[in-house]
Amino acid sequence: MKPASTAAFCFRLLRRQLVLGLRRPVELGNPLLFFAMVVALFPLGLGPAPDTLASFAPGILWIVALLSNLLTSDAVFRSDLEDGSLEQLLLAPQPLYLAALSYVFAQWLLTGFLLGLASPVFALMLGLAPAAIPALAASLLLGTAVLSLVGGIGAALTVGLKRGGMLISLLILPFYMPVLIFGSGAVQAALNGNPTGPFLAILAAFLCLSIALAPMAIAAGLRISIDT
Amino acid sequence: MWTLFHKFGSPPWLYRLSGAILRWLLPITLLALVAGAVWGLLFTPPDFRQGNSYRIIYIHVPAAVVALAGYYVMAIAGAVSLIWRMKMADIAMRACAPIGAALTFVALVTGSIWGKPTWGTWWVWDARITSMLILFFLYLGVVALYEAYENKALAAKACAVLSLVGTVNIPIIYKSVDWWYSLHQPASIKFTGGSTIDPSMLYPLLFMISAFYCLFVCALLLNMRVEILEREQRTAWVRALATERGGS
Repeated sequence: MKPASTAAFCFRLLRRQLVLGLRRPVELGNPLLFFAMVVALFPLGLGPAPDTLASFAPGILWIVALLSNLLTSDAVFRSDLEDGSLEQLLLAPQPLYLAALSYVFAQWLLTGFLLGLASPVFALMLGLAPAAIPALAASLLLGTAVLSLVGGIGAALTVGLKRGGMLISLLILPFYMPVLIFGSGAVQAALNGNPTGPFLAILAAFLCLSIALAPMAIAAGLRISIDT
Repeated sequence: MWTLFHKFGSPPWLYRLSGAILRWLLPITLLALVAGAVWGLLFTPPDFRQGNSYRIIYIHVPAAVVALAGYYVMAIAGAVSLIWRMKMADIAMRACAPIGAALTFVALVTGSIWGKPTWGTWWVWDARITSMLILFFLYLGVVALYEAYENKALAAKACAVLSLVGTVNIPIIYKSVDWWYSLHQPASIKFTGGSTIDPSMLYPLLFMISAFYCLFVCALLLNMRVEILEREQRTAWVRALATERGGS
């Protein structure tokens, strides 16, 4: 049999991941539910005063997005390692780099993308000024893609381990910090009436860099994990 | 060139070489640390504004400088082990992480001890302090990942990938955090342009920095020797070494 062309391979892989995700709609809703619940924790912890909440909203929303991304990153490769399809992927003639990119892209579509689209609702719950909402959605859409790529590295390195969950946070959270700084910075700038363009441009630059480099690290990590 | 390269891959050779190096480097380091500390703490003039409390820089700055350099040593060792599969590079990389973490911790603690009388607070969320803290987390992440793997050869590979990812990220983290907020004073020692620190204070500082580099090398070699013996405990040369020591 002739091997599939690289583009068809990536497309099929992406479709497979999306179908697998969409067949479990409840699981698809879990990150959003997590997001909503953690957002609900803040008024309980900080007090319901609208002014306090609104001033903390950019940071809260971004940190919660970061955590929900972290929790979903852990599972990207796990089931495929368990049923052996990851091994097949490593044996495939197509570059592992593109396969890794397809996995991460599917994961982002199912989590970060949805989160970005749903973020205006959460923003209203915390009383964020409407003027800052476009900046929030845009920064989340760009930023969560970076988070998914970086999270994929952690997932690839820890997928072979039994206790991966806590470890991945320790490995990956430091690398999330720049995204957090510029993501919440964009929202803060919009709140203060400053231009958000520079922040979004830097997030886009992070995205370009991580698209170029992260799949290499993911591929290296998967090759190591398959040996465990 | 290639024979040297192969020799570096040989545990007994490296064990003997590191022993020979340590025999004179260890006393020199200890002497330099004591001399540098005495010079810095007793024989430098007190600062015009900070009085004597500034003297902690003779510990703080060298620890911070070497902690930063240590990450690059670790990443380079990681790259060597990934590219040429050199066992000794694995061991060097693994040995760097706890030393780097310890030095970062020393820098953070001495910094906060100095911050209390000078800034009036133990901790501030300033750019450099925050990036040092992140560096501490990065080191601990490498240690945690290494310990999580049962198979130590795979652990070393995984840590090498992680430390390389860290190398790409460190400048980004630094710039972002810098941009985020800055309270810490700018660097006083510059190789281009004049330093803003008086020579009478600068020379002991540079001396201490060199002493800390030697300390790093000593700690690295000592750690590596332990790791070599542990990994090679079943080989003939380690047994011979053990019986020879036991007999004498």
